[in-house]
Amino acid sequence: MDAFLLQILNGLDKGSAYALIALGLTLIFGTLGVVNFAHGALFMIGAFCAVTLQRLFSLSFETIDPSQKDFLGNPLKVKTPYLESWLGPDAGGAIIDWSVPLAILFAIPIMITIGFVMERGLIKHFYKRPHADQILVTFGLAIVLQEIVKYFYGANPIQTPAPDALNGVANVGAMIGMDIVYPVWRIVYFFFSVLIIGGIFAFLQFTTFGMVVRAGMADRETVGLLGINIDRRFTIMFGIAAAVAGLAGVMYTPINPPNYHMGMDFLVLSFVVVVVGGMGSLPGAVLAGFLLGILESFASTTWATTTLPGINQIIIYVVAILVLLTRPRGLMGLKGVMED
Amino acid sequence: MSKRELSRRGVLKTGALGGAGLALPTIFTASSAAAFTNEPTGGTVTLGFNVPQTGPYADEGADELRAYQLAVEHLNGGGDGGMMNTFSSKTLQGNGILGKKVEFVTGDTQTKSDAARASAKSMIEKDGAVMITGGSSSGVAIAVQGLCQEAGVIFMAGLTHSNDTTGKDKKANGFRHFFNGFMSGAALAPVLKNLYGTDRTAYHLTADYTWGWTQEESIAAATEALGWNTINKVRTPLAATDFSSYIAPVLNSGADVLVLNHYGGNMVNSLTNAVQFGLRDKVVNGKNFEIVVPLYSRLMAKGAGANVKGIHGSTNWHWSLQDEGSKAFVRSFGTKYGFPPSQAAHTVYCQTLLYADAVARAGSFNPCAVAEALEGFEFDGLGNGHTLYRAEDHQCFKDVLVVRGKENPTSEFDLLEVVEVTPAAQVTYAPDHPMFAGGTLGSCNPGA
Repeated sequence: MDAFLLQILNGLDKGSAYALIALGLTLIFGTLGVVNFAHGALFMIGAFCAVTLQRLFSLSFETIDPSQKDFLGNPLKVKTPYLESWLGPDAGGAIIDWSVPLAILFAIPIMITIGFVMERGLIKHFYKRPHADQILVTFGLAIVLQEIVKYFYGANPIQTPAPDALNGVANVGAMIGMDIVYPVWRIVYFFFSVLIIGGIFAFLQFTTFGMVVRAGMADRETVGLLGINIDRRFTIMFGIAAAVAGLAGVMYTPINPPNYHMGMDFLVLSFVVVVVGGMGSLPGAVLAGFLLGILESFASTTWATTTLPGINQIIIYVVAILVLLTRPRGLMGLKGVMED
Repeated sequence: MSKRELSRRGVLKTGALGGAGLALPTIFTASSAAAFTNEPTGGTVTLGFNVPQTGPYADEGADELRAYQLAVEHLNGGGDGGMMNTFSSKTLQGNGILGKKVEFVTGDTQTKSDAARASAKSMIEKDGAVMITGGSSSGVAIAVQGLCQEAGVIFMAGLTHSNDTTGKDKKANGFRHFFNGFMSGAALAPVLKNLYGTDRTAYHLTADYTWGWTQEESIAAATEALGWNTINKVRTPLAATDFSSYIAPVLNSGADVLVLNHYGGNMVNSLTNAVQFGLRDKVVNGKNFEIVVPLYSRLMAKGAGANVKGIHGSTNWHWSLQDEGSKAFVRSFGTKYGFPPSQAAHTVYCQTLLYADAVARAGSFNPCAVAEALEGFEFDGLGNGHTLYRAEDHQCFKDVLVVRGKENPTSEFDLLEVVEVTPAAQVTYAPDHPMFAGGTLGSCNPGA
């Protein structure tokens, strides 16, 4: 029973990242009709916002410590962060320690700006082009973005830890008399993703802006005929989708050290999630994200891998095939989307 | 005065005869004047450095390339000479190889077998490389080694740790300086016994490709010989990024040791995930839970950050070694580039010197003469103590380092500390050992 609940937790945790990325993808597809293969790159750039802020906070000056030697036998240069020097070791150290959560504030304006620039500068020129052209140009953009990041940050993963207070494990099973421990930061990530997903749905459901966007998603032409500048609102939605992907990336950095390729690692999975959920369906993307996360988690258990060797590597794709065979529009897909 | 008329037929005949005449020397040269593939004829010799310049191991590839450039500089008489000064063989004079200036071309393996073979092929066929070296993956090494065997050039493997490279997939034209999975197991087992005892239950997570399989087999065999029980061996996809769903079952498995047969990004992520799940603070069967990373790399340890602290593994070489060869190499590399070399840089630098030295001793670039010079060659002064290039399988036998993640590093390079230098005799195995069975060297191919 402990192991079962642990895998459920793990699936929800894995599904959080899938759901967040797929939500952004669906927002862009639902509003602009663009199949954005650069969405994984936005996730990666968000993660590197956290890396950048950590490095900015850790900017240091060097002092010579003659009592220690470096690898060449010269006196060791000891680095002290400016923040620790200015604010004291405790306050300065605490800011550096909390750099990942603080990077949320840093990443939001950056990601929205990147989203605007991407949409206005490149993607808008492909609205009326076939989906194949959109895929090619956004995939090319993703490669360019990841190579830029690799140029500045290298190819190796960069450790970006969670604050000390949120490291370690919590016994989440204590209240039901079980011993189920789970990493605190992964629990934080799950609740963070629920918060973001809830926020996006509330924004679309309960604001005038959201109502117009939903109307535009249903019938762009009619909304335009009413004198509403729907293009501007869709551009803003692109920025919001970029920010969602970026925030998913920021908060993911303590889970796995970011590298330039992490966006591509998630991209294919996220598209499977979107297709299983139903193209253009926001609730479908979220549902499929969590569902596939849980399935993937169970498929990696010892029981599953010994019963069906290799099932852990193919489960998501098998489920995608089954869903598409039985429900060609996906779990919650809408009629008419990508069916012309 | 005679008048000569040009007819179409006459022009064609003359052209055909002229073409045949021009072609004759080429055919003659190709068939019998060149004794072997890419025989250097001018004042230079070209070596092919095939390393990952893009992809997940690009940083490791960049470090290899730095070491290759340093080796070429030293071979041509530049710099401070590095390990040429400490190398026990004194045939290299700093005047290139056999008096020919060393030049090089580079290829990008992308850590993909097909891309690596394509770049090696291009360097051999278009650039005239007489030797190919490099790589940061066993899959790539085995693929390129096969290509070099067919093409008739020597392959000096870079970072490749699978038993298969000099086991079932060994080739007469291929040579490996780096250690292998069996050696990691043989070096680690006594240390693990001293640290954790003989009553342990191990759980393996293994990268699902040739290197992972052979390392898993080697480590399981070595630890089971101590009395450890292996409770499970789980294969993880090479493309996996989040290992949490593989780590979670470990918590309730009854295991008290987790062996991570992962390298590169896989190792960074699986170790980070294992530490996140509190495995290091866990007590199972009345014992502290332990994690073992059999193949360590400083570059990868940097990615894993503080998670490596106190975790044991093995490595081919480390910059903190205090023998004269290591000190000379670290000084030379560190002065030129500003940071210490990685084990990948060390092994490829050694391979370049060893190839050059073998050519010099053989007096020929002919791959068969070079192979003969390398087979059974014993040397010292290259940072690993007394070393043998065994003739039977073209594997180097030398000391292996057992290392541990350092608790209090003094710099970003000071991540690992050497806890034991395992003597070569302890990691040496018979050429017909079952883990290395299934292939033969075959005969040397000079190509041409």
